Amino acid sequence: MSTDTIRRFAAVAAGAFLLAAAAVAAGEGEDATILLGAAVSLTGKYAVNGKNTKDGYDIAVKRINEMGGVKVAGKTYKMKVQYYDDESTPARGAQLAERLISQDGVKYLLGAYSSGLTKAIAPVTEKYKVPHVEANGAAREFFTGQYRYLFGVLSTSDYYLRDAVTLAAEVAREHGKDPKTVRIAMAYENDPFSLDVREGVVEAAKRYGMKIVIDDKLPPEINDMAATLTKVKAVRPDLLLVSGHEKGATLMVRQAAEMQLDVPMMASTHCDSAKIAETMAQKAEGVLCGSQWDRHLSYKDRWFGTADQYADLFEKEFKYPAPYQAAESSAAVLVFADAFARAGSLDPEKVRDAISKTDLMTMFAPIKFDSTGKNIAKQMVMYQVLNGTYKVVAPTKWAETKLVWPRKPQH
Amino acid sequence: MENLRLLFDAPLLSVQLLLDGALIGAVFALAALGMALVWGVMGIINVAQGELVMLGGYVAFLLYRAGIHPLFGVPLAAALLFVLGWGLYRSVIFRIVDKDLFTSILATFGLSILLQQLANVVFGADVRTAESGLGTLLLFGSVTVYGIKVVAFAVALLTGAALLLFLKKSRMGQAIRATAQNARAARVMGVDTDRVQAWTFALNAAACGASGALVAMTWIVHPYLGLPYTVRSFMIVIIAGLGNVPGVLAAAMGLGVAENFAGFILGAEYQAAFVFTLLVFILVWRRFSLARQRRYLA
Repeated sequence: MSTDTIRRFAAVAAGAFLLAAAAVAAGEGEDATILLGAAVSLTGKYAVNGKNTKDGYDIAVKRINEMGGVKVAGKTYKMKVQYYDDESTPARGAQLAERLISQDGVKYLLGAYSSGLTKAIAPVTEKYKVPHVEANGAAREFFTGQYRYLFGVLSTSDYYLRDAVTLAAEVAREHGKDPKTVRIAMAYENDPFSLDVREGVVEAAKRYGMKIVIDDKLPPEINDMAATLTKVKAVRPDLLLVSGHEKGATLMVRQAAEMQLDVPMMASTHCDSAKIAETMAQKAEGVLCGSQWDRHLSYKDRWFGTADQYADLFEKEFKYPAPYQAAESSAAVLVFADAFARAGSLDPEKVRDAISKTDLMTMFAPIKFDSTGKNIAKQMVMYQVLNGTYKVVAPTKWAETKLVWPRKPQH
Repeated sequence: MENLRLLFDAPLLSVQLLLDGALIGAVFALAALGMALVWGVMGIINVAQGELVMLGGYVAFLLYRAGIHPLFGVPLAAALLFVLGWGLYRSVIFRIVDKDLFTSILATFGLSILLQQLANVVFGADVRTAESGLGTLLLFGSVTVYGIKVVAFAVALLTGAALLLFLKKSRMGQAIRATAQNARAARVMGVDTDRVQAWTFALNAAACGASGALVAMTWIVHPYLGLPYTVRSFMIVIIAGLGNVPGVLAAAMGLGVAENFAGFILGAEYQAAFVFTLLVFILVWRRFSLARQRRYLA
């Protein structure tokens, strides 16, 4: 390359840069939008949940803008989200977070789907001191005080199946048995989320003195659970717990029915997003599902109204029933909207401080963060599949119906 | 160890594991047969094998959703995938036939990503199932055999037998074998090797399709299901060798059984690890036994 070409190239590049800078400045002045960034899984193994997450963000942003936007220090701003597809891979997620912050100039980040992705992105937002409100990374390790800029609106994963253990203890007591006699069989996918779910169960089981008779780890590309379930059939436990996202829930229900397991109580995570009640009603009869949210909960907020109204609006907009992944994602946007208004500034540091002082009621749950960024105001719900629908059976405060025990599957 | 004792205490469990393993193996055998065929005839390792299985699964699922019994999905998936396989050959595969192995692996790997993402866009990433409604057979009071697995087993055996007959008796079969032995000589003798190869790849796709339809009825389908099926086919073919139809069936079922027992005794997390370790041992052992034979011949 001759010096002349280099000089010409440099001039063009400089010109382009100036133009771009001018465009950005103009954009900020006229539209007055607050730009949030998010890397979500639109392809890859989390594509379903990634879409739920994006839809949740979109509906909240749309609703906030419809209601006039966010007022920050007397000026009104519309919200907007810049998305990238992280392809369900953590490395890509971290790259995209870097790109959002350092190239696209995003100053506030919404979370990705799954603990694995969140784990990859959190160090990036920490490095750039960018407030990061996430709704889909439930691993416990995020909330041990190592991240100052990370906040999670959802219950951590160790709570997903804890209530199933509590329910099993209650049932044992009701039938005049010591909870100590309850025997648990469990299988978990080998990923950060499911291993946390396991931790919670182990803690709860220890508290009641229950015995864990099977403790299997499922490979991430799990396609068949026959070996584990044969063991379950042999040891006849009182409670079977499975955590392996949608694949695990579907396989558990399908293969337990096929092998005619008669375990009186079975619980899994992700069965609502796996649609087990809709597609395998008979086989899933009586299965318990740990869930972050349900439309029958009596929470409400000033944007969407009640949880039920949110669910209606969501279904009208996206043509499928609102899963909890969407509701919690919407809640993350609400946290930002609330914090911008209270901070009275768009300075990321001030916004972070405002977020940490959040005390907000949303249609998803009450939200209040402790010093580690964990939402301490929220509880999990437990569904039971009954006649092809999900009914809340725990906690008792919101129970729609009483737990059916033992479950009566139709083989 | 406790699991091992359980097996001795309840011998029927072994029967359950054995049956499950063998029946599972049969489903894998179909995809492996196709892979062996393509590898033998064209020298191509098709990394998109699992994706063809996945597409077959969606055929059964779509039929099921349309209210038609998903068992019809087996022949239909085979037919549709045959056409797709032909198309893939004409558009991509024929370009890599005489190229080195690396090129063919790269090309089919690209194909596998393309098919995955297309399935993701068209069908969504939801985990799907197709219910055969065949119920469960009960043997000896406690051993359960899922009806569809028996069907899968029968289909795999029948397909294997049909393939064997086809290769032995039909003109196209003879041409395929001739091409496998020496493509250039076959061409000199007037065999249209291009057509033969298209047939081979289409047949492979059809076998995968049938296998996929059975997978959807037995387990689950989703766009990212492919890789384990590709890897499993690959292993079966490595153990059985190319052009050995009964060997492929036996290896597939053997692996299925080994995998199930490993999952039971060692726990599900060591299932895959055990099978791969087994593969290493088999390869090492085979190498030694072949070396001994060679020495003997010399």
